[in-house]
Amino acid sequence: MAAFGTGGSRAQVRGPSPGFRFTLYAILSIVVMFLDQRHGWLEQARFVLQGAAYPIQLAVSSPSAAWKWLHESFETRDALRAENQRLQKQQRELELRTMRYEALARENGELRGLRDALPPVAQRWLAAEIVNIQLNSLRQRVLINRGTTNGVFKAQAVLDDKGLIGQTTHVGPWSAEVILITDPEHAVPVAIQRTGLRTIAVGAGDAASLALPYLPGNADIKTGDMLVTSGLGGVFPAGYPVARVTEVHRDAVQPLAQVRAIPFARIDTDTEVVLVWFRPEHPAAPAPASATGDLKVGNAALQPQPAPPPRPKPAVPDATRTPAPPVPTPGSPASPPAAPVSTPASPAPSAGRPPAPPNTSNSTAPAPSKKGTPAPAAAPAGVAPKGALSAPTNSKEPAAGDAAPTVAPKRPNSPTPAPPDATPRNP
Amino acid sequence: MSSSEPRGRMLFTSLIALVLTVLPLPPWLDLVRPAFLVLTVLYWSIAAPRAGGIGLGWFSGLLLDVFQGPVLGQHAMALSLVTYITSREHQKIRSKPAFQQALIVFAALVMYEVVVFAIDGWTGHPLTSPLRWIHPLTGALIWPLAAAILGHRNGRRS
Repeated sequence: MAAFGTGGSRAQVRGPSPGFRFTLYAILSIVVMFLDQRHGWLEQARFVLQGAAYPIQLAVSSPSAAWKWLHESFETRDALRAENQRLQKQQRELELRTMRYEALARENGELRGLRDALPPVAQRWLAAEIVNIQLNSLRQRVLINRGTTNGVFKAQAVLDDKGLIGQTTHVGPWSAEVILITDPEHAVPVAIQRTGLRTIAVGAGDAASLALPYLPGNADIKTGDMLVTSGLGGVFPAGYPVARVTEVHRDAVQPLAQVRAIPFARIDTDTEVVLVWFRPEHPAAPAPASATGDLKVGNAALQPQPAPPPRPKPAVPDATRTPAPPVPTPGSPASPPAAPVSTPASPAPSAGRPPAPPNTSNSTAPAPSKKGTPAPAAAPAGVAPKGALSAPTNSKEPAAGDAAPTVAPKRPNSPTPAPPDATPRNP
Repeated sequence: MSSSEPRGRMLFTSLIALVLTVLPLPPWLDLVRPAFLVLTVLYWSIAAPRAGGIGLGWFSGLLLDVFQGPVLGQHAMALSLVTYITSREHQKIRSKPAFQQALIVFAALVMYEVVVFAIDGWTGHPLTSPLRWIHPLTGALIWPLAAAILGHRNGRRS
């Protein structure tokens, strides 16, 4: 090694020769890359570094933040009034839309033999602002101003008011990097809402489109179809709107259709996004196990559970959890997803929300025991989308017809009947 | 050549360059944005190889990784390679006229991007857009100016 460095600059350098130092640094970086890539052992280091970088990132984004603040504080009265009117109108519309929601949800629950309607799958929301800095310009990533101190965890779903935006990749103490659904490295398991057909939507690399590369040429899809999350993949719950299909090319000589879709979320203009925590017991919640890449273990709530704990004590968070361990024995190490483990704060809300648990216990716990396996999985899933975001659109007939194919796949049984989404699951 | 004096300026200019690297810009301008931090590190590895050199390259690369790399250590590897070569040859490079220096810098930037590109591919984050090869060109174009700015105080002092 030393001989390598003796060529040029031995004269000026005290200490180890540059060749030697370069070798050291090269080995160091290879080790770092290996650890980071293979084992994720550097999460801690990344966490610290990201925390250290945050002040710089804030400083860089401060001019635009200051400009925005100035702009807002000097906005004219007229503009404010106009905006206020617009918002009031919007709120009225939303209230009208959700007016019957409670009643419908209860009715739906009764029809499906649940004693009570499920609570919405989203348990907690947190608004986050996009820090205005340029990460890698050729990758679709953004930085948001919430980190583990706010309870954010890795692979958390990020939405805006129109639809899905992406998920967190690296989480620092006060900031988190979000990979957008349009990044070429990102794939969302989606379902076509009209037919329930499941597939994968892959980012196309520009801010405004997704590709559906795994649809056969004769797949039932047409422009205008709405894509919603299918609930597979372990990150996003079922039923959130993702994109609308804009282009379908079928080529007779190509086995696969070429399909493009445009995300609902205003990905390139958003400045505010929403981080969501989901009820893990909810049937539409992202199945936690596949987040770790283990296909064998499913959502414990969806498993055929041998015996319902006969009327457990009313402290329900325990009740829903107690049946879980015996069933997926191999999965219990894997079943805590990245979610509740990494965050100190996220378990808190679930415990600290007294009204929720009684509902969940009534609905989820007895359901699997009462019926066969597929029914409970499919049944409440039809409810979920409405509870979630997309209230108006999918309350029509597809609810019955499409719920079954959409969410029925409980991971343990599904790999055989559902090849399209079993294949490239890892985004 | 004074060895330890430029260390403060080195860190300061590197920080400024980092800020310039992550400053939000409109998309078209962002595509042609030179890799300011790489240019600065290159400059210091030529002007003060003992104070800067490979160590500076590695740590700035790690910083770049935190900001924009999919894998930690990627830019660090590329930058330490490039700074190794330039700091080894710094006397030859320094004696060249500006135009030839710019050519050398272009070669260094291309080498840097090749390494980053390769590691992108090996680690499973391929990014094959041809747009990524624009910045070496703009970097080489801006090099004379950057070197003049970075060397401003140096020149006056000595």
